[in-house]
Amino acid sequence: MEVPIGAAELLEREYLGIRAKILEIAATFDRIDRSRGDLVASREMPLIRQALEVLLSEKENATRAEQIQLIFSRPYDEQWIKTLEMPSR
Amino acid sequence: MYYFDPHIHMVSRTTDDYEMLAKMGCVGLSEPAFWAGFDRGSVDGFRDYFCQLTEFEPNRAGWYGIAHYTWLCINAKEAENVELSREVIAMIPEFLDRPGVLGIGEIGLNKNTKNEATIFLEHLDLAARTDEQILIHTPHLEDKYQGTRMILDMLCDDARLNRSRVCVDHVEEHTVRHVLEEGFWAGMTLYPVSKCTPERAVDIVERYGPERLLVNSAGDWGPSKPTAVPDFILAMRLRGHPESLIRRVVYENPLAFFGQSRNFHFAPPDEKNVPGQ
Ligand SMILES: [Zn+2]
Repeated sequence: MEVPIGAAELLEREYLGIRAKILEIAATFDRIDRSRGDLVASREMPLIRQALEVLLSEKENATRAEQIQLIFSRPYDEQWIKTLEMPSR
Repeated sequence: MYYFDPHIHMVSRTTDDYEMLAKMGCVGLSEPAFWAGFDRGSVDGFRDYFCQLTEFEPNRAGWYGIAHYTWLCINAKEAENVELSREVIAMIPEFLDRPGVLGIGEIGLNKNTKNEATIFLEHLDLAARTDEQILIHTPHLEDKYQGTRMILDMLCDDARLNRSRVCVDHVEEHTVRHVLEEGFWAGMTLYPVSKCTPERAVDIVERYGPERLLVNSAGDWGPSKPTAVPDFILAMRLRGHPESLIRRVVYENPLAFFGQSRNFHFAPPDEKNVPGQ
């Protein structure tokens, strides 16, 4: 289904919102940097980095939201029936 | 615009909320059985809850002209107690012929454990034996993807189920395609802190089309917004979509999905007698 609104109009409409969200992330990172301790062992920081890289990727198939969702997801274990030792049916 | 909220927990909301929903165009809603914020201690706790869902809530909704429907089950969180879950599943049929009971739900997974999967399968078996429709909760955040895939595996493994009578709820960008491709209905939940926003729900409609898609608020006792469906309607309008498409998603789709349940009876508001006439 086509998006009824053109790209330029959509960007103009969303520009301030996008700007605000990026600033919020920047200020949060600054706050973390200013605080005590380091994040060497952090599980979250590499995920955030990966997600930010997806944001900068070229449009191609426009699936950034889906890709970022998967970065923040546990991977699907196809063998879950075995892993959980479910009784056979 | 008239609309349905196909997933909202009104036992946790006030009568003022019913009034507000009615003012915003809500003509019907369905309330799945869920976790009350604490684990219930006995099967009688669930029996009382099911009475509330089938007696008092339809009454309260009726004060504002809203049709109230419900789904019954023991939720995934309490399914960790397998023994209690089995007692509840055995008791559910007492309620299945009551007016407004649409089926079994919201069953599903929470932390994707063995006990949750076991009780999910036993609910599926109950639904298959009693020919009930099914409403499914998918886990939150990082557990959603694995949980949704597990749920789809279990659903697709049961040949007795009619896929067009099953809705997998709380889909997001990474799960919606899997659900729709397997032939199930998909629910998008607009929830402030997790799940989807109105704008992202509009994106999903644009991507996949309106077929077998539902939008709900999942309003409950947590930070949630019972008027999230009107937010979606507005977001669709601002994006330039026609009223016919919006109506399809928020009104005609719920009617089509619910209409497959033997206890679903609904008088469209434009055909109803206005009080005093
Ligand atoms: Zn719910």
